[in-house]
This record gives sequence, structure tokens and C-alpha cells, in this order.
Amino acid sequence: MSTDYYAGSSETTEGKVFTVTGQDWDSIAEGLAEEADERVVVNMGPQHPSTHGVLRLILELEGETVTEARCGIGYLHTGIEKNMEYRSWTQGVTFCTRMDYLSPFHNEMTYVLGVERLLDIEDEIPEKAQVMRVLLMELNRISSHLVCIATGGMEIGALTVMTIGFRERELVLDLFELITGLRMNHAFIRPGGVAQDLPPGALDEIRGFIALMRKRLPEYADLCNANPIFKARLEGVGHLDLAGCLALGLSGPVLRSTGYPWDLRKTQPYSGYETYDFDVQTWDTSDSYGRFRVRLAEMWESLKIVEQAADRLAKMDGQPVMVGDKKIAWPSQLAIGSDGMGNSLDHIRHIMGESMEALIHHFKLVTEGFRVPAGQAYVPIESPRGELGAHVVSDGGTRPFRAHFRDPSFTNLQATSVMSEGGMVADVIVAIASIDPVMGGVDR
Amino acid sequence: MTESDHTDKTPENVPAPTGEVQQVGVRQGMFGVHGTGDTSGYGGLTQAKVLPGEAQRPYGGWFDEVADALEAAAGAAGLELGASRVVVHRGEITFHVRREDLLAVAQLLRDDERLRFEFCSGVSGVHYPEDSGHELHAVYHLLSMTHNRRIRLEVTAPDADPHIPSIVSVYPTNDWHERETFDMFGIVFDGHPALTRILMPDDWPGHPQRKDYPLGGIPVEYKGGTVPPPDERRSYN
Repeated sequence: MSTDYYAGSSETTEGKVFTVTGQDWDSIAEGLAEEADERVVVNMGPQHPSTHGVLRLILELEGETVTEARCGIGYLHTGIEKNMEYRSWTQGVTFCTRMDYLSPFHNEMTYVLGVERLLDIEDEIPEKAQVMRVLLMELNRISSHLVCIATGGMEIGALTVMTIGFRERELVLDLFELITGLRMNHAFIRPGGVAQDLPPGALDEIRGFIALMRKRLPEYADLCNANPIFKARLEGVGHLDLAGCLALGLSGPVLRSTGYPWDLRKTQPYSGYETYDFDVQTWDTSDSYGRFRVRLAEMWESLKIVEQAADRLAKMDGQPVMVGDKKIAWPSQLAIGSDGMGNSLDHIRHIMGESMEALIHHFKLVTEGFRVPAGQAYVPIESPRGELGAHVVSDGGTRPFRAHFRDPSFTNLQATSVMSEGGMVADVIVAIASIDPVMGGVDR
Repeated sequence: MTESDHTDKTPENVPAPTGEVQQVGVRQGMFGVHGTGDTSGYGGLTQAKVLPGEAQRPYGGWFDEVADALEAAAGAAGLELGASRVVVHRGEITFHVRREDLLAVAQLLRDDERLRFEFCSGVSGVHYPEDSGHELHAVYHLLSMTHNRRIRLEVTAPDADPHIPSIVSVYPTNDWHERETFDMFGIVFDGHPALTRILMPDDWPGHPQRKDYPLGGIPVEYKGGTVPPPDERRSYN
């Protein structure tokens, strides 16, 4: 038992405080042996390798049985929603992409859909922009599910699942880097369309990736699906049935693992999802194993959508990727110059040498931005973790009056208690991994 | 023959009478400068900030079905939905209800088989400091998976009495969402099982998402200068 500088004995009114940082577990066993009472309150996290991020769990234990589990969150709160109120509508994308850092495109998408609805330009978004959005979102779903399966595997000791999961995710991030210029935090989907066109050669890379994934995805099934240790750790753990899911507002793979095929891409399609051929994946066990299988199967479906989107993009060469309205569309086009990426020289020549009006437009749009008619919109989408929605409020100004994100990780994490109480400590980890919370999204 | 004789006066072409509009503030000037520093010539410009007005029947599509079902269910339950407004904007319907009716309305929306809004996407607070008497808004997004419909429920409370009944008893998912809205706006959800802060530290003063929450500036190492807080910087408005 060492000195705890953060929770001195004066701060607790009952019981002993043990601070264990590894290797000195015996001190707890000895300390507890002195007391007849077996009830222990354990603070797990916020810095802990298997709490899926900076999540703090407060577990009350009787022996190894969890009698009460609570979450402490807020360690990653960065005030993104407040920050967005002091930036233009387009700059808002730069902030919200950083919330749920494993699915940046979905964050951007739900916000942008809300802004587009308020602008009343939903029907004017170019076809190519919509296809590119779908392509990026589905690639993102694959990379997000890969991290979920990888970290979930790591937390139960299946390290190979972790290493191959991150290996494949890297391939997706390479595609993102090729298309958007960044591996994460892209700010690529903008009100009115997307930031820029596909670079040359991108479709070939995507096709190569699809072919490679078709070979590698079966590895996950071979490693896990019938693995007796894996199944023993996951089956029946973190059980939550349909009624529980609806009461607690759970969506996404957790909801679909109860057998209910609710997927916003099918039930309330956006961006033309109704025109793609894919199936909603479900499982009927309502447990962690079912959620793993749902995610695995969803990656195959996403691959199908990516392939269809790539085929469509092949026929759309040269089409616009931004809405035609010059009062909304970002004026400049990016191009690769001798010193890296920047505004295209053609555009600079145009505004500096040819047209005073073009210069004024460029200046006004970049500094002031556009005005969005007053009102509020909520356009949720199916993120890898469930219903992700942005409540976007405008007062008619050039900046969001309020942007609130209903993040599925935040809502789903509420199920921690009901999923893990009465089970073993080791099962808490599995239950939380099956929810797949991303703390950046939880705390925003 | 005058021009107006040619006007098409079929019912669908006559504009609906505008309902009561909701003004939530006034925008002044154009470039965010005030007082003697304003040489733009636009400093005297004032524009009302007006939210979409009350909708008139018929609302269109399934909106009327939901509104009818809610009225009928409320009537059967002996609930008088006085002073409630309906706003239809950009294909989304918003029911404004009095805060004292909120819990009963939520119960009806969830349980009545014509409504069946079994999924609540949480509550989002909005602070309109200039909407006197209704400064704090709590906005609930409800989803009916049975009928595949979405509606919005909006409740207001004055700053002086920031109390709104909790609907955690009807939608348990709102537990954390109401805590977050309390944390960020100081709206007290009466009847919540444990209304504490959730994102900010427990001893944090103030409620950061409120528009009157003081923001910090950034000191710069140049003759004692500071970058002013974002809400005091010159900006377009």
C-alpha cells in the first residue's frame, strides 16, 4: 500500500485505499485478508489499457463478481460543440470530424446533411459528391469495425486479432490519405459536396484494396468464429435484449445483434443508399459474440457498397463534386504545385488578374462564409456505432447558433451497468468492447 | 384587365396564412464592429432573428396523422394541450408543448399505438438569451420504428426558473442526455434519478454552453496585449 497523492485518506470516509500500479498485487490480497469484508470498490481507468480509451469505471466487487458498475466520463471533453458556434458553417466540419475519431466521415456527414437541409439544397448536391460520400463512409465503416474487433481482441488477449486488424485498417487509412490528403480528421465532406475530386489512380487503389480485403477478411472468421476460447469469452456476455436496447436508446450493431434489422441506411436512406445493393446484418443472440459477428458481416456488406460506388465513379469522370451555387460552394480548387498542395494557379490567376468580382466573391465566402436560414434540423445517419445525429440550429447567421451531436457511443455506454452487473470483472471488459465506445465521441 | 386577374387562385396556390412568428433576437450591423470604430456605414442596420412560424393545417403527409393521434390520445387521457404550437420546416415537424405537459405527452407518444415513438434520441439544449421568458429550450428527437417517423418535441423554460420535468421514467436513455443538458445549460430536470454533472468536473462553476458563459481570451507576449475572447472579437454576424 503506497501513498496516493490524489486520493488521500482524508477524502474517503470508509475503508482502506489501495493504490496499485502493477506488480504489487499481493499488497491487496494481504490487505484484504486482514478484513473480513470482501466488498471492494475498484477504480478502473481512466488510464487503463483495456477500457477502450479514457473511460473510468467504478466497479463494486464481491470477490470477482461485479455488483455495481458505473461509468465516469468527461476526460476527453474538448468543447467541440461550443467551439463550432464561433466558426463559420464550413469551418464547423473541421471541428466535428475530430469527435468520434474512428468515424470522422460520419461526423462530418450528419452535420453537413443538417446544414444542407437548412439551406434547402438537399436535391442539388451533385451525384458524384454523393457517391464519393458513400464510398468514404463505407470505407470508414470498415476501418472503424476493424479497430473495434482489433482492440476488442487485444483486451481479451487475442493479440493476433489486434495486429491483423490494425494491418488492414492501415490500408484503409492509406486510401483516405490518397483521397483526402489526411489519414484522420479529414474535414473533407463540406456543405454542398466534398472538398475536391478523386485524385488520378484512386479507383485502381480502391479496387486493389477490395481484392485484398476479400482475401483477408476470411482470416478474422478463421481466427475467431469457431475459436473455443474466443467464443467462451464472448458468448452470453453483455446480454441486452431488444426491449432493453430500445429503452436505453441503443442502436447500431448492439441493436442488430438482437435480431432487429434496424439500419438507417435502409429504413431512412440518405445520400442515395437506397440505390445500392446490400443487406442489413443481424444476429439473434443479443450478446458480445453476436455483435462481433454483426460487425464482421457488415464489413463484407460495406465492401459490396464500396465496389458499387467505385463502379459508378468510374463513369463520372470530370463531373462536379460541389453544388453549383457560387454563393455556397467553396471558391477555390486545390492543385498540386511545385511546393505541394495549394490553391490552383488557374484560380489565383483568375481572381488576381482577370475578375474583380471573382476576387470579392472568394474573399467574402472564405472570410464571412454563407448565411443559413433560421431554423433547426436533425438528420441522423447510421455510423459504425449506431444512430449519429447532429441537431443543427441556425438563427440566420454565418455561424451555427448551436450544434449538438447525439453520439451513439455516449448513449450506448449507458448500458454498461445493465450489461456487466452480476457478471465477472473480466466480462466487464468484453461487454464494453462489444459496445465499442469511442471516448472522443462520448465526451466531445 | 389588371395583372391580378390572371393570378391562379386555386387553393394550393394561395399562400398559407402566416402563423405567429417567433423572434429570438435582433442582429445589428454587418461586420461585428460597434460604436465609434464602425466606419462601415452598416452599423445602424437591424434585422430580426425570426425562427420559422407556426404551421397551419393541413401540415401535409403523415404529419396530420400524428397530430390528430396526439390530440385524440391527449383528449382521451384528459390532457388539455393548451398553448401548444406546431412548426413544420424543411420537412421536419416540431411540437412545442408546455413544460407541465411534457411528461404526459412523452408517455402518450411512446405508448399510443397510433404514435409508438419508442426510441428517443436524447435531449439537446438551446439557449436563446434574447427570447425573454423562454430563454432555455430543450429539444427532444423521437423516432417511431413501428411507423418509421421522426418528430421533434420542444419545451421552454425561463432563465429565472430553469425547471423542466425529466422524462427518464418514460425514456431511460435520457438519463445521461439530461445530465449533459443540465451540465451545459443549467436546466434542472425535475424527477431525474441523479442529476449531476457528467462532462465537466463536479466542482465546475457555470454552464458552458449558455450564451452568457464568459469566455477566456489569450494573453500574448507583446506589450501586455491579449487576443480577446471569441465572442468579443470582431466577426461577421
